[in-house]
Amino acid sequence: MYRCHVLVCGGTGCSSAKSMEIMESLEKELKERGLDKEIAVVKTGCFGLCAMGPILVVYPDQVTYCMVAPEDVQEIVEEHLVKGRPVKRLIYDESMQGTEETKRLEETDFYKKQKRIALRNCGIINPENIEEYIARNGYEALGLVLTEMTPDEVIQVILDSGLRGRGGAGFPTGLKWKFASGNRGKVQKYVCCNADEGDPGAFMDRSVLEGDPHVVLEAMAIAGYAIGASQGYIYVRAEYPIAVQRLQTAIEQARKYGLLGRDIFASGFDFDIELRLGAGAFVCGEETALMTSIEGHRGEPRPRPPFPAVKGLFESPTILNNVETYANIPQIILNGAKWFASMGTEKSKGTKVFALGGKINNTGLVEIPMGTTLRTVVEEIGGGIPNGKKFKAAQTGGPSGGCIPAEHFDIPIDYDNLISIGSMMGSGGLIVMDEDTCMVDIAKFFLQFTVDESCGKCTPCRIGTKRMLEILDKITEGNGTMEDIDELEELAYYIKDNALCGLGQTAPNPVLSTLRYFRDEYIAHVVDKKCPAKVCKNLFVYKIDPDKCKGCTLCARGCPVQAISGKTKSPHAIDTTKCIKCDACVSCCRFGAIYKD
Amino acid sequence: MKTLEELKAIRDKAKQEMEVREGNSGKVRVVVGMATCGIASGARPVLNSLAEEVHRLHLDHVVVTQTGCIGLCQYEPIVEIYEPGKEKVTYVKMTPEKAIEVVDKHLMHGVVLSKYTLSSTAL
Repeated sequence: MYRCHVLVCGGTGCSSAKSMEIMESLEKELKERGLDKEIAVVKTGCFGLCAMGPILVVYPDQVTYCMVAPEDVQEIVEEHLVKGRPVKRLIYDESMQGTEETKRLEETDFYKKQKRIALRNCGIINPENIEEYIARNGYEALGLVLTEMTPDEVIQVILDSGLRGRGGAGFPTGLKWKFASGNRGKVQKYVCCNADEGDPGAFMDRSVLEGDPHVVLEAMAIAGYAIGASQGYIYVRAEYPIAVQRLQTAIEQARKYGLLGRDIFASGFDFDIELRLGAGAFVCGEETALMTSIEGHRGEPRPRPPFPAVKGLFESPTILNNVETYANIPQIILNGAKWFASMGTEKSKGTKVFALGGKINNTGLVEIPMGTTLRTVVEEIGGGIPNGKKFKAAQTGGPSGGCIPAEHFDIPIDYDNLISIGSMMGSGGLIVMDEDTCMVDIAKFFLQFTVDESCGKCTPCRIGTKRMLEILDKITEGNGTMEDIDELEELAYYIKDNALCGLGQTAPNPVLSTLRYFRDEYIAHVVDKKCPAKVCKNLFVYKIDPDKCKGCTLCARGCPVQAISGKTKSPHAIDTTKCIKCDACVSCCRFGAIYKD
Repeated sequence: MKTLEELKAIRDKAKQEMEVREGNSGKVRVVVGMATCGIASGARPVLNSLAEEVHRLHLDHVVVTQTGCIGLCQYEPIVEIYEPGKEKVTYVKMTPEKAIEVVDKHLMHGVVLSKYTLSSTAL
């Protein structure tokens, strides 16, 4: 019996900011003071508030500490855990109430508008302890399904809930299960989990695996029962070592408790799960490539049909769902299809997890009901854009998605709305861009990613995206023509129509959507030879404002190529032929006299 | 795992262990003064026996926590009980035995043990 629990975030974000060191020294400090039998130190998954990490939460006092360093541990133990005086300087500002009382993390602005279903256990339980998962009603849905429901009833509940795939395409999950449900018990079938999260900026699957691995195992077993499969595979990236390790631990615990293995809940149902590690190819997140990779072949997609529900892994009927999709399943079983369908919009039910990144204050993970507006996500939950800059666009769907410009800031986010404005839900990366972002440069960034990650099997993707990138390079270097823009667009549509798999078919989206909303920026690059956001280096020069320059010589001394000259106490000037645009002078100047033109 | 009952037994036990993480909003708060003065006069065993007794009796509406120096060092160990909508009750010169009595009488049955309270002690 512990009178106090100290929760330490063990997600990747906080771990990389030394949270595991913090945990170790916390345990050591408590032991030295003989408090280790009174106070429990609990490693949890991600709290979502990654920008403020490492996070520590003390219960029952409900004090949230943020940006804790290993050096702070002694003070926290001495002052708070021994003497009961919370260390004010480390308390998360948003949770202060102005009095001595602190708010629960759930009551802060960041959490208040969120609705946590997939992330319900992240930051609350110890992911390496199956009993804590069970304490939060874990494995109850599996027990219910196996003892009281028929497989068809399970599928009907998922169908009725309106759950759609959270990996990006948004295919109805219940329908997928139904397609694979024929011939139960007569043929070998498989249940797979796609944990090969690869979109730049998306990390919700990682957080679920790290913070609540059992939910995925439970949901896969439910899926196995529903379609009549006895074997599951989780295909997870090797680049997620913490997730892999916790999944492995979770699988072993579940087997030990008889929640995986033979005759689960004395129902006669057998199910087991194995891990398969991806070696880092983005294309392996595509379903056919993923299954080819599990089979031991080179991860390349193949044409569909036949769809996996008919002929998938090892040529057997297979269902493949994303981590976040699975994370919703047990809650749908326990609370009913109606409960789930009561959240969200007409065609997009439930919630969606987004990874907020880019120019936003609260970088991190949020889970919101479908239909929440982009404005709410960015301004209220995300805490707005730093340095008082203006919102320009948000990029969703990673390299397969597109931009949402400021004119659609109030659009309710759901699958169909995003498609209608030329973007897509994708796996849920949401990158916020302010006025200092060049949209041509962004399109180039994503295209560079697809060029690097194209598997090379089909020509439109292998060569087409490369050609598109060359045109974008030409434009951002200031050598583009109006014909280039037309050609870029034509090529984009050609690739969209002809590429073999989803990766290739959606690769042109970042270009098409920036062309749709920010064509004027492309034209400025081509016709005026200017980059309006002053990002593309060939298209602007650094200048010194003689009225602001005090002649302090700091910039001249800071310039690595001696491009700045001038007498002391008189305005300096930059020789643009020598300047390499390294931005060093801007950070040297104390008077804000240097600007881009 | 063969039955739902088996699962439920594990759940109920684990849930209790995690009760502390429910935080203190809307609950009865039992606060022990744990500054140097409190610790020196024996607040730690008081805190622990309070926590254990509350846990043993499954008093889910009660949360045991600690605070710094209350300012009445000669009366330590001090235990304050905050019940929503009621006036604060301050127990002074506590011992683990008195603390258990407070849990059993005050927290279980709402009977204030005035013999231990600050108001009954001549200041």
